[in-house]
Amino acid sequence: MTNLPGANLHLPEGCMAGIAMHELSLLENVREILEDHAQSQKFSKVSRVTLEIGKLSCIEPEALRFGFDVVMKGSLAEGAELIITELNGLGRCQQCGQNTVMEVLYDPCSHCGRPLTVVQGMEMKIKDLVVI
Amino acid sequence: MCGICGCGSPEQKQSHKFVFKREHQHHHDELDTGRLIQLEQDLLGKNNTYATQNREYFKQHKIFVLNLVSSPGAGKTTLLVETIKALNGQFPIAVIEGDQQTEHDADRIRATGTPALQINTGRACHLEALGIGQALFELDVKDNSLLAIENVGNLVCPSSFDLGEAHKVVVLSVTEGDDKPLKYPDMFHAADLMLINKTDLLPYVDFDVERCIGYAKQVNPDIQIICLSSTKGDNFSSWTDWLAEQMHSQI
Repeated sequence: MTNLPGANLHLPEGCMAGIAMHELSLLENVREILEDHAQSQKFSKVSRVTLEIGKLSCIEPEALRFGFDVVMKGSLAEGAELIITELNGLGRCQQCGQNTVMEVLYDPCSHCGRPLTVVQGMEMKIKDLVVI
Repeated sequence: MCGICGCGSPEQKQSHKFVFKREHQHHHDELDTGRLIQLEQDLLGKNNTYATQNREYFKQHKIFVLNLVSSPGAGKTTLLVETIKALNGQFPIAVIEGDQQTEHDADRIRATGTPALQINTGRACHLEALGIGQALFELDVKDNSLLAIENVGNLVCPSSFDLGEAHKVVVLSVTEGDDKPLKYPDMFHAADLMLINKTDLLPYVDFDVERCIGYAKQVNPDIQIICLSSTKGDNFSSWTDWLAEQMHSQI
């Protein structure tokens, strides 16, 4: 089993058949957004897509990379390079007002131990494109 | 700076191998041949727009909407069937059922005399706001009613997709692990109410209710919690009272 190509992939649990289908849905959204902008901003090919994904967003960057070529095939972004910028999770403490870097959604305030309100890390954005 | 490998200078020309042998070529010189467009656009933007439209429709028609989420088999459909029976016509109810395949769940709801529409999501593992908007054309949802949307059984993906609901309600049964809130924090973070279901089975399973509540509060300090058994009726009135109170306060 460990020799299979996907053996080192850590896809989110809970999606059928090991395929993270919400990442595929999101990539379909990316394709639609590119097609919308192709008309309004007058371009016919996308050579690079940069996504900004928060580390607390339940999106697995590896799953996006895995699905990107498949979803973009036949579109104006076929063969485009995918860049994923990951944003750290950041929470603000409601009690002491200080910020803490969050690895997971339930990390407490590193200063006083109380619960945090997420201020960064839930992002799922197309940051920019390089178009021709 | 390169978003994948973090290198900062064009001098670093080496490429990097990634999972699936996808080779990441450096892109620093590409702008010479292309045009950069800053978008800063949310990937869920379209879904969020549809969800906002749904929410506006629900507000105009005074429809109180719950999005029920859980792993498969936590008892969402039985909860709904017993809720419909317990409320006994206090207010109109309609149900949208989401499953990958079959009409089974909608049939169970219709057997109670309540209108239900089944959405088969096929390969998708969650409902999206556009599908709910379309369902509203097909399903007779009366003004001043409760609309329960039973999402696809899945504790991951549905957490990201707003349907226009008033609240996400996460159902967790005691036959699952009491550490589910920590294992799937996104969903418990997104939910406003957690129902711990099948409490009649507590004597037979190794499920610590207090520990589970502690984990859920750790992920979401504001989450409300009701423990109940849909099949035996234990504490079921706490849930129906919550529903009635929400109906009156939000509509």
